Amino acid sequence: MSEDIKVEKVLDLKGLPCPMPVVKISKGIKEVEIGQVVEAITTDPGTLTDFPAWARTSGNEILKTDQTGDEIKFYVKRKV
Amino acid sequence: MDNLETIEKELKKLAARMEAVEGKVTEDKVSMIVFSGDLDKVLASFVIGTGAVAMGMEVVMFFTFWGTPILRDKEKKIGGKDTMGKMFGAMLPKGTGDVKLSKMNMGGMGTAMMKSLMKKKNVASLEQMLELAEELGVKIYVCEMSMDLMGFKREEMVQYNHMEFCGVAKFLEEAKNSRVQLFI
Repeated sequence: MSEDIKVEKVLDLKGLPCPMPVVKISKGIKEVEIGQVVEAITTDPGTLTDFPAWARTSGNEILKTDQTGDEIKFYVKRKV
Repeated sequence: MDNLETIEKELKKLAARMEAVEGKVTEDKVSMIVFSGDLDKVLASFVIGTGAVAMGMEVVMFFTFWGTPILRDKEKKIGGKDTMGKMFGAMLPKGTGDVKLSKMNMGGMGTAMMKSLMKKKNVASLEQMLELAEELGVKIYVCEMSMDLMGFKREEMVQYNHMEFCGVAKFLEEAKNSRVQLFI
């Protein structure tokens, strides 16, 4: 249920291939405060493995992943 | 009193050992040698480099041999070269726009097709990758020996904020403490 996640910022990363989604989320997450959430929308299926890998390495948290059709929505909480 | 002195001595020994250990700790760093001058391989290098910055890692790229001419500026014209320098200068790619695929180049047709495909699929070009790398703070070191061998001059290289010229020792110093080392 995305309704109960308060999104601070939305990043439209549709149509972007590797490495841009990861580059952009790493920049975008720094534009919100620690504890706040960024919603990133991608269409690159590779991000399904890449975003969790990025989150683990950078120390941030993916609260939820939503996949509808070609679109993937990540709710990423800034932890560091 | 004797005890205190012994403790002090031991502490000093420990501090000295800590210092030695600190020099050996691996850092969250990627050291890459870009030896190839092929479009596909250089693109892969930049994808890894920019991706690594996104992962919170430090990145250093060493351009040597066939990788060196990629960093030349298309617009800059430099005089005062000897015959061999002029020959190499003319035969090697001048900048990121000039490089070819390592396979299926087919007299330039394959490379042109790949470039148009990359554009269609939104894959960043080498030019864009170099710009992004600069913005992200990727350090570029250029092999001085390759420059000299091919007759390139510093003044003909692209403007890049984190570019330096070096030899093998600089690479080894970085690589020694890097968690990831790649040769491409």
